[in-house]
Amino acid sequence: MWSVHFATQHLNASGSTWLSETKISRRLSTMSWTAPPIVSVVPSRALVDEKIKVVVENLPPGSPVTLHSLHHSEDKDYWEAYGHYFSDHRGMVSVAEDLSFGGTYTGKEAMGLLWSMRPVPGSRQGLRLRKKDVCSPMLVNISVHSGHIAEGFRQRPPLASALIERWYMAPGVQRISIKERGVQGTLFIPPGPGPFPGLLDLWGGSGGLVEYRSSLMASHGFTSLALDYLSTDYEDPPFSSVEKAFAILKGHPQVIPDRVGIFGLSFGSILAIFFAAESATVKPFCCVCVNGNHIYPPGKSFKGMNQELLKNFNKVRVDENNHQIWRDMGRAIFHTPSNKLDVGKINCPMLLVNGVDDQNWPTVESSEDMADRMNAAGKGHLLTRLEYPDTGHLIEPPFSPHFRATNFTGWATKEKVILLWGGQTKPHSDAQEDSWRKILAFLQHHLYSSLTPKAKM
Amino acid sequence: MDKTQYCMKLSVQPSRGLVDEKFTILVQYAPPGFRLTIHALHKSDDGHSWEAFAHYTTSATGTVNVSEDPSLGGTYSGVEQMGLLWSLRPVPGSSPALRLRKVNVQTPMEVTISVYQGHQTEGFMDQVQLAGTVVERWYMAPGVRRVPITEGGLTATLFLPSGPGPFPGLLDLWGGAGKLVEYRAALLASHGIASLALDYLTPKITMETGKMVTNDYFETAYRVLEQHPQIIGSRIAMFGLSLGTSMTLKMAAYSKVMKLRCVVCVGASHVQPVVGSVQELLDYSQKNAGKTRINEDNQVIYRNLMLPIPTDPAFKVDVGRLQCPLLLVVGEDDQNWPAYEAAMDMKDMMERAGNSHLLTILLYPNAGHLIEPPYSPHTRFGAFRTVNTREKVVALWGGEMVAHSRAQEDAWRKTLVFLREHLYSTNPGAASFSTNNQGNN
Repeated sequence: MWSVHFATQHLNASGSTWLSETKISRRLSTMSWTAPPIVSVVPSRALVDEKIKVVVENLPPGSPVTLHSLHHSEDKDYWEAYGHYFSDHRGMVSVAEDLSFGGTYTGKEAMGLLWSMRPVPGSRQGLRLRKKDVCSPMLVNISVHSGHIAEGFRQRPPLASALIERWYMAPGVQRISIKERGVQGTLFIPPGPGPFPGLLDLWGGSGGLVEYRSSLMASHGFTSLALDYLSTDYEDPPFSSVEKAFAILKGHPQVIPDRVGIFGLSFGSILAIFFAAESATVKPFCCVCVNGNHIYPPGKSFKGMNQELLKNFNKVRVDENNHQIWRDMGRAIFHTPSNKLDVGKINCPMLLVNGVDDQNWPTVESSEDMADRMNAAGKGHLLTRLEYPDTGHLIEPPFSPHFRATNFTGWATKEKVILLWGGQTKPHSDAQEDSWRKILAFLQHHLYSSLTPKAKM
Repeated sequence: MDKTQYCMKLSVQPSRGLVDEKFTILVQYAPPGFRLTIHALHKSDDGHSWEAFAHYTTSATGTVNVSEDPSLGGTYSGVEQMGLLWSLRPVPGSSPALRLRKVNVQTPMEVTISVYQGHQTEGFMDQVQLAGTVVERWYMAPGVRRVPITEGGLTATLFLPSGPGPFPGLLDLWGGAGKLVEYRAALLASHGIASLALDYLTPKITMETGKMVTNDYFETAYRVLEQHPQIIGSRIAMFGLSLGTSMTLKMAAYSKVMKLRCVVCVGASHVQPVVGSVQELLDYSQKNAGKTRINEDNQVIYRNLMLPIPTDPAFKVDVGRLQCPLLLVVGEDDQNWPAYEAAMDMKDMMERAGNSHLLTILLYPNAGHLIEPPYSPHTRFGAFRTVNTREKVVALWGGEMVAHSRAQEDAWRKTLVFLREHLYSTNPGAASFSTNNQGNN
């Protein structure tokens, strides 16, 4: 027996390296050296919303194997997923066609190795996987192990592996930091001469500058501005910040001024609905609202919203894991009629995407109410509602892991807690995949094809 | 035309791929029945600009899908999913006789795909595009490692596939233009084969001593592969093109050190002095230089140098001695080497020796000498400077663009299957392999 101890270097596209050391013992006998299996993944470099085909070949026929995915996040945590398969008579496993009989996902799931990822055992609590640097890809190692195993993947060498890149940015997309007129954000411009339809990208109430959805939308042909609406010089975040950001978009040479929409999630959706209903200056051409609703206390100030939350904080429950459920607090705020925005005044198409198991905000019930009010005002034709069973609050781009509960530091309470977002992994992942496709179709339909050529002068 | 009237969308999926993967180009939200030109532009590593273009008319829903709709004219016509790549040619005004070859394989080939109004044939750079996007084409998959090799006096680069290994190995030889050409080895490593690109005409040792390498040099390269901890010593193949096939066939038939699992030869000839190595091979060509012809375009046709195929066994590799499978890829319009005649003679020799069951010949009508990985532009003729004479000529490689491009695509797929079967399978012939590596079809 002789042992080979070597360091395996993996180069990513930006040239930096991460090292993994593998110790392999091999029997030295040229006669009995059989070739190992091969893992191939196509495409090996893809956008995060593109599907991959994972195929393993050259296995012994009818053998049990485990397919495993591993990702080392920017926060230095390890995330993994795995599925149990049997090779066919040709010694092949095709993840897109074969069934997984166990693991972090089961059944026929071409993308299961990505969406069912979760932190490895022993990780910190309440983690969420979010790409910060969108100019570099997410690296995932796809490997095959013999037998049906459920743990200890990193302690044993795989039979074979392949490295793949998952990108939030297509080639040619430009990334530009925006720090003007008191707002902080990042602008992503698609490749090509432009101009393009624009999108204002608003995330949730934990704040910060989250770029990945904007860079992905730019990869789909929209000039997108990710806005950190809580970090601003103005005294009334997020309002002036959103107004100024919208104006920056409209006025940008790479944006078609009368084709600017808003894409919101959680508190970002509440803002989108607020501006669509109430603003004289910010007139989005259409809105996508994920898990938000039409609650905003009178006075319309951020402080006012904070006060409402604090006033009703006693309605926050905890589950058996001590994770906070804010849904009932939201319901209490919602049932105060003066807190509801006048959605009858909305004049643009709205796509509401809601998770029925959203434990953070009462999004489904409030979307019923919103539909009633818009119908009553004769605006019902503008509203499209998508509701997904067993789906939680954080409906993100497809194939990203499901987060049922994660760490949160609120702007209202400043306390570090774990919030329950809700949802079960498989239905939530299906919802992410289905809603993303429909969101892109909605935005393309309204922001692209509704343009009609003007008569030649 | 006011370009803000239209907001058509151009997308290429996937936007990043290996050079042998297909992509889908889609134009949407254009007016129906709209005439447009799709244009591809690439700036090569050596600073030259290459372009291709095709004329389309949008459907009733304002779309063009290059995989499904016919080009009505341009650098290609008909339904050609990858036509914008394989029909690339130098832009007007370029130096004549260029060849597109990626030198730095660690960066992608970037191609800008654009849409222009109307059916245009020139002056693209002076016009405003209606839409544009960028596509990356890679010779190296993520995780493939590039390792320069200088041990044993070699000038070579090893490409290791990603993963723990061990992997089958391959020795990769190019042709008479010399230099260290890495891209095919990088691509083969992206398909799971640890490949060593070897410079055997212009290595450091030859540049310093003025002497050509001998057969030992190739055996040293083989040993580097055989002894590498991540390579399976009993599963090593050899891949040659053009002049590289001479050395490949010689080593496969006569080397006592090299125990090859299988051999691939593109544009091959077994005609050479059996005794000796690179220098003797070059001297032999030099001796027959009088047989070269020049056509009316002043392009040099070298194929007659080795014709007629000798009957004297001292001047052709005895392929009857081969003990491993041999794949010959032949362009019937090869004007540089008599690959067809050589293949027929090799077949004859192997039938008489009783080992012809090892031989597979792929014959491509109207394909030329340089059958390269798919979707690379066809080079019918090119600037060439022979290593021994240092004379600059324009050599005629042969082939007609469409047939040659089809040959490249088909030959590469079959080559990969051949290599997988012989290098990976425990039971060659029993396994059948997927075409997962051919990407989005």
